[in-house]
Amino acid sequence: MTSALPVELKVRVDRSPTKAARAGRFRIDSPRKTMSTISVYFVLALVALFFIAPLLWIVLSSFEPGAAIGTNAPLVLSLSNFGAVLNWSTFFQPLINSLILSGSTAVLVVVTSLFAAYPLSRYQMRYRKAFLYTIIFSTGLPITAIMVPVYELFARANLVDNYPALILFLTATSLPFGIWLMKGFMDGVPVDLEQAAWVDGATWVGSLRTIVAPLMMPGIAVITIFTFAGVWGNFFVPFILLTTQSKFPMAVSIGTFFGQYGAVEYGQLAAFSILYTLPALGLWVVAARFLRGKFTFAGATKG
Amino acid sequence: MTPALSIMVLFIAGPIIWSVYIAFTNKALTGVGAAHAKWVGFTNFVHMFNDPLFIKSLLLTAIFVLGSAVVGQNTLGFLIALLERGRNKFVTTTLNGFIMCAWVMPEIVAAFCWYAYLYQGGTLDAFLAHLGLNQDWLYTTPMLAIIIANIWRGTAFSMLVYSAGLSDLPSELLEAAKVDGASQLALLRRVIIPLMRRSIMVNLMLITLQTLQSFTLIFILTAGGPGEASMTTPLYIYQQAFQLYDISYGSAMCLVLLLLGAAFSLIYIKFIKVEEVAG
Repeated sequence: MTSALPVELKVRVDRSPTKAARAGRFRIDSPRKTMSTISVYFVLALVALFFIAPLLWIVLSSFEPGAAIGTNAPLVLSLSNFGAVLNWSTFFQPLINSLILSGSTAVLVVVTSLFAAYPLSRYQMRYRKAFLYTIIFSTGLPITAIMVPVYELFARANLVDNYPALILFLTATSLPFGIWLMKGFMDGVPVDLEQAAWVDGATWVGSLRTIVAPLMMPGIAVITIFTFAGVWGNFFVPFILLTTQSKFPMAVSIGTFFGQYGAVEYGQLAAFSILYTLPALGLWVVAARFLRGKFTFAGATKG
Repeated sequence: MTPALSIMVLFIAGPIIWSVYIAFTNKALTGVGAAHAKWVGFTNFVHMFNDPLFIKSLLLTAIFVLGSAVVGQNTLGFLIALLERGRNKFVTTTLNGFIMCAWVMPEIVAAFCWYAYLYQGGTLDAFLAHLGLNQDWLYTTPMLAIIIANIWRGTAFSMLVYSAGLSDLPSELLEAAKVDGASQLALLRRVIIPLMRRSIMVNLMLITLQTLQSFTLIFILTAGGPGEASMTTPLYIYQQAFQLYDISYGSAMCLVLLLLGAAFSLIYIKFIKVEEVAG
């Protein structure tokens, strides 16, 4: 802000800070200040252009019948691409598969991490610190780098194409982050409320179910959404662990728009992409509401 | 705690330990190694460090991580967070909406967007044709293409971390520096960046870990090509293990990638104070 101060003002700053501060505030409307405001908005406009341009294709060509890649503005707006996509094998079956995978994983992660987070949040245990460090450490491990042995184990145990096994694997990879978030939210629930229940003879499972869980509903919703959206967008894991086309979730079935000899139905691909992306966007908007617009990543940014 | 623990031990720790075993065998999905895998000692590891394509893949991974995460996402995220401070609410909310959109959409859709954008005859190409600069960017500049696409994809995270960090700065300090006549550059270098050092380190570690294992974006955009021009380590592992069926070699390379990730993850937890975690 003070870069707009002329030299002579800076000299005065040393003698009388308050006056200079007032002078500095006055300078906000000076021509140089306006220039810097304009240049800030100019840079932000360039940033906006960079982020919007790649999105244009997907929106424009989804409404253009027979769209080629790199479409110009469509002359005819039409929903024919959406119509062509909305059938059982192209859309609804992958949609249901995605819902099953994401939904089951989210439920499993929430339930198991509730029970895992409770002792971490409430008890003084011997290995608590070590366990928490291991959890945070695991959130950073590159999952891509374990897919080869995981595939080998799945093939050996005849579990390739097996939904329950895939769901358990997705749960395992989502759990470290889930437990960490859950513990953070649980720390925010005062222990006093529980103590009253304990006096009345409630067990820890009872107080977790009737007092803690209802009080941290927003937190549970956020973890559900994070996990659901994470699995919803996951391409690599189902791509490796599933082989039957009818079992593919949307993330993998989207590849079928690429024909064998490079013929691509770009209009339909774009329409499918939009239908596949919207639920993820919607969930994030809801999650942002629950977090009241503040993404804190449960401590990732503390400091 | 038992259910969560057993799922994680079974599906994460198990495969990691298993990969150590496989890496010392000649296990393959087809051929001799498929039926009777044999103990081969360090053969896979010796092969790996004499494999010019593997060495090249490590180098390309380093370029990809440095270019797209450490330099790209980190700087752009910081810049946006800084420039948006105290600006028109409508402008910043709209802009953040688009930036978040790139981050929240499924990775494969983001990859298709960039494919359509950069491909010969794509949106950017059609525009640049007016200037006579049209070409297939995915073919002529594959590394630059995947780096820029990944900056687009991941900047939102750094931006969120930094705008949270900036709003936590004690405003008295900023005011005091201004009153003392600090220039904007000095304010940034001497006050803001030192105060946000931990935010910066945490952000750098997290985006490095994310980018290190990036697969889908590169797989769709260039599939590692042309030739091996953009074959980062995850792509090379995929090719060796799942296209050439060399599971043991793939596992050995997985271990190296995992160790790299573990090293960054260890640095990362060093920056998280014990009491914040355990408190």
